[in-house]
Amino acid sequence: MLTDYTKYLRMTKFPHIWCSGCGHGIVLKALLRAIDRLELRKDNIVMVSGIGCSSRTPGYVDFNTLHTTHGRAIAFATGVKMAKPEMNVIVVTGDGDATAIGGNHLIHAARRNIDLTVVVFNNYIYGMTGGQGSPTTPRGMKASTLPFGNIEQPFDVCHLAAAAGAAYVARATAYQARLLDKFIERGIRRKGFALIEAMSPCPTSYGRKNRLGDGATMLRQLKETSVKITEAEKMTPEELVDKIVVGTFKDVDTPEYVEEYDRLIMAAAQRA
Amino acid sequence: MAERKAQMLSGNEACALAAVAAGCRFFAGYPITPSSEIGEVLSYLLPRNGGRFIQMEDEIASMGAIIGASLCGVKSLTATSGPGFSLKQENIGYAAMAEIPCVIVNVMRGGPSTGVPTQPAQADFQQARWGRHGDHPIIVIAPATVTGAYELTVRAFNLSEKYRTPVVLLLDEVVGHMREKVEITAPEDLEVVNREKPGMPPEEYLPYSHSGTDLNPMPAFGDGYRYHVTGLAHDETGFPTNNTREIDLQYRRLNRKLHRYRDDILQVRKMETDDARIGIVAYGSTARTARHTVKAARSEGIPVGLLQPVTVWPFPDEEIRDFGKQVSHLIVPEMSLGQFAREVERVAGCHAEIVRVNRVDGEPITPKEIITAVREVA
Ligand SMILES: Cc1ncc(C[n+]2csc(CCOP(=O)(O)OP(=O)(O)O)c2C)c(N)n1
Ligand code: SF4
Repeated sequence: MLTDYTKYLRMTKFPHIWCSGCGHGIVLKALLRAIDRLELRKDNIVMVSGIGCSSRTPGYVDFNTLHTTHGRAIAFATGVKMAKPEMNVIVVTGDGDATAIGGNHLIHAARRNIDLTVVVFNNYIYGMTGGQGSPTTPRGMKASTLPFGNIEQPFDVCHLAAAAGAAYVARATAYQARLLDKFIERGIRRKGFALIEAMSPCPTSYGRKNRLGDGATMLRQLKETSVKITEAEKMTPEELVDKIVVGTFKDVDTPEYVEEYDRLIMAAAQRA
Repeated sequence: MAERKAQMLSGNEACALAAVAAGCRFFAGYPITPSSEIGEVLSYLLPRNGGRFIQMEDEIASMGAIIGASLCGVKSLTATSGPGFSLKQENIGYAAMAEIPCVIVNVMRGGPSTGVPTQPAQADFQQARWGRHGDHPIIVIAPATVTGAYELTVRAFNLSEKYRTPVVLLLDEVVGHMREKVEITAPEDLEVVNREKPGMPPEEYLPYSHSGTDLNPMPAFGDGYRYHVTGLAHDETGFPTNNTREIDLQYRRLNRKLHRYRDDILQVRKMETDDARIGIVAYGSTARTARHTVKAARSEGIPVGLLQPVTVWPFPDEEIRDFGKQVSHLIVPEMSLGQFAREVERVAGCHAEIVRVNRVDGEPITPKEIITAVREVA
C-alpha cells in the first residue's frame, strides 16, 4: 500500500535543508512508513532530536516535536517518557550526536531499557558543521579534520547498544529502505530501548572528501558493501572489514524501565 | 486558615517537601554534596505522590530530562551544586530560550572546580545569572532560613509556571544543611500557580507570540497542539527562522518579559531601614547573620538597617539605589570575593561608599565581622 507521507509532514516547512543526494530524507520516509503501518496517533508521538543535519527532521513532521541541544536528545526523551509513558517517544539523531557528545546518554538509556525508539542516521561524519570526523568514521577515511585519514577505531553502534542493554537493535542502509521501515516498525513495537542504525550517505562532506561520487553512487555502494547478518556469521573478521552488516542484532523481551518503576517503586512507596 | 504544622527540617529537606507541595511530580538529578538530600528525599516522596524520580548519568542529562518532563505538563525539579551547576548551564539556556518552566536548586559550595564541597560559599551568584551564553533573562531567588527554603521553593515553581522560565533557587550550604523548626503551611492555604494552557484551537495557537502580554500559554505534549520546540532562534510559531526582524522581535520579547513583571517577581526584605544612616545589603544565610548585627548595632545606638534581596536576579536595582541614597555607607558581606558587591556598587556606588566584607575560607561570616565593619564607619 502506498503511504500518504503528506499526512505526517508539515508541508509549509519545505523545502528542507538537506543537500540533494543526502540519505536523511530516505530514512525519514522509512520512519513515516513505519508510523503509518502502526497507525500511531500523531498527538501521541513525541519526536526528539539533538543537533545536526539529521536532527533537523522533527521540524518537518506533524507530531509533538522537540529539537534539543547537541547530544542530549535521549536525556530530554527520558524526561518525556517518564512524565507521559503513554507517548510513543522517537529519537532521531546523528552518529556524532548519538555516539560522541551523546554517547553517555545512549548507553545509559539502553542500560535502563527505557521505552524509546532511537534512529541513528549514520553518515560517518559531522554533516552540519562541515564534515569533521566522527566516532563512526571508518579507519583510513578522510574528513575535514582527518586530512591524512582516520587512525581511530570506529564504534559499532549496534554492538554498543546491544552490549549496553537495549531490547532491540537493528541496522539497515538507506538503500534497503523497505528493510529499514520494517526494523523501525519492529523497534517502535518493542517495549524497551530500541535502536535502529540507518546508514545514510552524505555526498556533500563525506562523499566529497573521500571521492565517493554523488548520492546515487554512494547508495549503490551501500548496497554493494552490505552483508546480511546471517552471512556475516559465517565470515572471518578480515572478510568483514569494510562491510556493513545488515539485520537484527537483538530482539528480546526484557523489563522496561518506566513499567518497572511503576510496578515496583511506585507501588512500594504507596504501601510504605 | 488551617493549622500550620511544625517540623524539624534541614533546608534541603524543606526544599524537597515544598516541591511536592508545589505540585512537582518529576525529579532528575545526579548526586553532589551539599545538595544530595534533596534527591534522596524525593526518591521516596515522589512515588508516594504519584510522581517519578530518576538518578541520571550526569547533570547535563538531568537538566535535559526535567525540560522533557515539563513539556509534558509535569512540574519538574533538579538539584545540584557548583560543578554540577556548571554542567547544567547549556540546557538551562535552552529552557530560557524555549521558555520552559523548571526549577533548578543550586546549593552553593566553594569553587571553582571541586573547591570546598562541604563548606558554604556564595560564589555562584554571577554564574546563576550569566552561566549561559547569549542574552536571556532568568529568575534567581535565595532563602536565608529553612522556613525561607520551604516558602521560596513553592514560589520558585509558581514563578516558573507563571513566566515560563527556568528559576534558580540559590541555597548555600548553611541553609541547605541547617536544621530548624519550620511551620509548614497547610496545603489548602498554599498558593500554587499552574501554567496557563491555551484556550484557542491548535491552528490559532502561537507558542511565542510577541504581541500582548509577552507571556504565552503552554499546552502539554499530547494535548493536541503538536507544536515545535527548538533552541534555535524561532518565530512566533516556534519554528526556526533566519528572518532578522523575527529574530530581533523574539529576543527583545524574551528579554523584556521578566522586566515587565518586575514588581511581581522582585522581593526584598527590609529591617530597620527607615531611619538608617548605615546600610547593610546581604542575601542568603549571610543576611541572617546581618540581622543579628543590626540588633547589636542598634543596641549600641548605631542607626543601621538591612536590605535583603530575596529575589537576587533580576537584581533589585531601584531598591538598593534608593537605600544607597539614604545612607553614608553600604556594607556588603558575602561568602565570595565581591560577586554580589559588584552589583551593589553598580547601582549605588555613586550614592554611598561600598564596604566589602568577604570570606572565602569555607566558614560563614560572623556577626562580629559585620559589626566591626559597621563600627569603623559609624
Ligand atoms: C555543544 C555543541 N557542540 C558543538 C556543536 C556543533 N555541532 C552542530 S551539529 C554537530 C555535528 C552533527 O553531526 P551528526 O550528529 O553526525 O549529524 P549530521 O549533521 O551528520 O546529520 C556539531 C559538532 C553544537 N551545536 N553544540
Ligand atoms: S551535509 Fe551531508 S548530512 Fe548534511 S544535509 Fe548535506 S548531505 Fe546531508
